[in-house]
Amino acid sequence: MRTLRLLGIGWLFHFKMIMRSAFDGVGQVIYPLFFATVAFFVFRAGDSPRTLLYASLGAAVMGMWSATSTTAGSAMQRERWQGTLEALVATPANFALILLPVTIAMATIGIYSLVATLLWGRLLFGIDLTVVHPLLFVLSIPATVLTFGALGFLFAVCFVRFRAAWALGNMFEYPVWLICGFLVPLTFFPAWVRPISWILAPTWGMNAIRESSLGGSPLPDLIMCFVLGSAYIALGFLVMERLLRAARERAALSLT
Amino acid sequence: MAVVEAHDLRRVYKTHTGTIRRRVKEIEAVRGVSFAIDKGELFGLLGPNGAGKTTTIKMLITLLIPTAGTANVLGFDVVKDPREVRKRIGYVFGGERGVYERLSGYDNLRYFAELYGVPPKVQKARIEELLELVGLKGREHERTEGYSRGMKQRLHVARGLLHDPEVVFLDEPTIGLDPVGARELRATIGTLTSAGKTILLTTHYMFEADALCDRIAVISQGEIVAEGTPAQLKSRVASGAVTEVEVYGIPDETVERLRSLEGVMSVWVEEREQAQVLSVQTRADMQLTAAILGHLNGSNVGRVSHREPTLEDAYVALVEGE
Repeated sequence: MRTLRLLGIGWLFHFKMIMRSAFDGVGQVIYPLFFATVAFFVFRAGDSPRTLLYASLGAAVMGMWSATSTTAGSAMQRERWQGTLEALVATPANFALILLPVTIAMATIGIYSLVATLLWGRLLFGIDLTVVHPLLFVLSIPATVLTFGALGFLFAVCFVRFRAAWALGNMFEYPVWLICGFLVPLTFFPAWVRPISWILAPTWGMNAIRESSLGGSPLPDLIMCFVLGSAYIALGFLVMERLLRAARERAALSLT
Repeated sequence: MAVVEAHDLRRVYKTHTGTIRRRVKEIEAVRGVSFAIDKGELFGLLGPNGAGKTTTIKMLITLLIPTAGTANVLGFDVVKDPREVRKRIGYVFGGERGVYERLSGYDNLRYFAELYGVPPKVQKARIEELLELVGLKGREHERTEGYSRGMKQRLHVARGLLHDPEVVFLDEPTIGLDPVGARELRATIGTLTSAGKTILLTTHYMFEADALCDRIAVISQGEIVAEGTPAQLKSRVASGAVTEVEVYGIPDETVERLRSLEGVMSVWVEEREQAQVLSVQTRADMQLTAAILGHLNGSNVGRVSHREPTLEDAYVALVEGE
C-alpha cells in the first residue's frame, strides 16, 4: 500500500511539474503535429485510407516515444542542475521507486501526443479513425504508456550514474522510430534488426495499437508489453543500488 | 555516547584535464577528519570555502562514499547501512538550489513527507507545524520559483525536519541571506537545540559558530586544525595583540617576510573597497609596529591601529597557520 502511494504521489507531482514547464509543454504540443504532418504527406502518395491510418497511428506513437526518450535523460540532468537529485537520494525511500513514477509521468504526457496526432489527421487530412477492437484499443494505450515509462526508467537508472549520458536520450529517439516499426513495417529491415526490435517494448506497444485499430489480434502484443515492461523494471531495480553506489563513489550526484 | 562519529575520513576527487590528452588529476578534499558529536550537542564545522566542510557532511549523510576511514550516525555505518542512517537524519542544504521550483512550498513538503515515510495521517499537521516554525505560513501555496532566497532556505529547513529526525545536518544554512533572515534562521536553529536535536552545522562565519555551537572544529585544507569550545578557541589567542595597517598594493613577498618575523603569530590581508587591510597578530609581550612598518617600505601606508584579538582572529590564525 505504501509503495503504491509513493508511486502515485511521485507520479502526481512530476506530472504537475511537466505540465507547468513552458519548454516541455511547447515541445509536446508542436512536435507531434509536426511528425504527423510529415508522415501524412509521405504516406498520402499511397492513396489508401488504411495506409494513412497506419501512418497516423505510427506518428502518434512517435510523439509518445519522443516525450519519454528525450525527457528521461534531461529530467535526470535537470534534477542535478536544480540540486534535487541529492535531496531525493538523501531520503530513505528506495530510489528506484522514486524514479519510476518520474518516467511514467513523462510517458503519460505522450497520451496527449496520441490524441493530438489523431485529431490533426482527422481535421486536416480527413483520416477516419476506425477502431476494430475499441476495448483492446483503449487497453493498448495505457499498456504502451507504461512500457514506455518502464523503458525510460531503465534509461534514467543509467543516467543517474553517468552524468553525460543524458545526451543519449536524444540519440535513442530516432532509431527507435525506425526499428520499432512506427513508420514502416519491420519486414522492410534486414533480418538482424528484428531481434533488436523484439526486445524493445515500443515495437509491441505500436503493434497492439495498430492491431486493435486496424483489425487483428493485439493480445499477444499486449502480453509482450507486459513481459518486457516488467523485465525493464526488474532490471532497473536490480542494477539501481549498484549504480547509485557507483554514483556516490564517483561524486556523480551533483554538479559540484 | 557519541551520536555522530567520524574516524580518519578521507575523500579524493578525480577530475580530468585536457581535451585530446585527457589527464586524471586527484584532489584530496578531506584528509583524515575525526570527531565525535554527543547527543543534544550543536557541533560546528568551521572553515573557509573549499576547506572540505561540505564533502565531510556529504559523507556523513550518505551522499558520498569515503575514500578511506569510517563514520557512523546513531550506531549505523554510513556506507553499509545508508538507508538506516537516512531514516534518522535531516539534511538542510545551503543556498537556493534543491527545491522543485514549479511546485508550491506545500507540495514540495508533501512530496518529501512521502519520501521520508511520514504517515499519511500526520503529514498535514506536521507540514502545518513546520510552516509555522519556519515562518512560511500564508505563502505555502505559491510556487517556489517566486520565493526569495531566504524563503527557499527556510523551506529547506522545514523539509529537513519533516520526519522529526534525531540528528540534523545543516550545511551553511545562512549563506547568502540578509542579516535579518540570517538572524531568524539562527533563532530557528536555537529552537532545534532546545528540542534536544543533535546538530552538525557547517559555516564559514565565525560569529555564527560562536553564537550557536557548543563545540567547534576548525577545518582547513581538508584537515581539522583545532577543536574545542568557542571559549577554548578564543583562549588560544587571548594573549596576543593585533596590529592593523591600511596599505595600498602590498606584494606577496612582503607578507611572507612579515610572517617570518620573530613574535609574529599570523598575517593576513583583507581587501576593503580601494584599500587593503594588513592584520598582523603578534605576541603580546613584543612591540613590533616599527618592524612591521619597516617592511612596508615601498607600499603606500594609511591608518595604523592596535586592538585585542577576537575569535575571528583565532580562526584566521588557525587557517593561515595551515
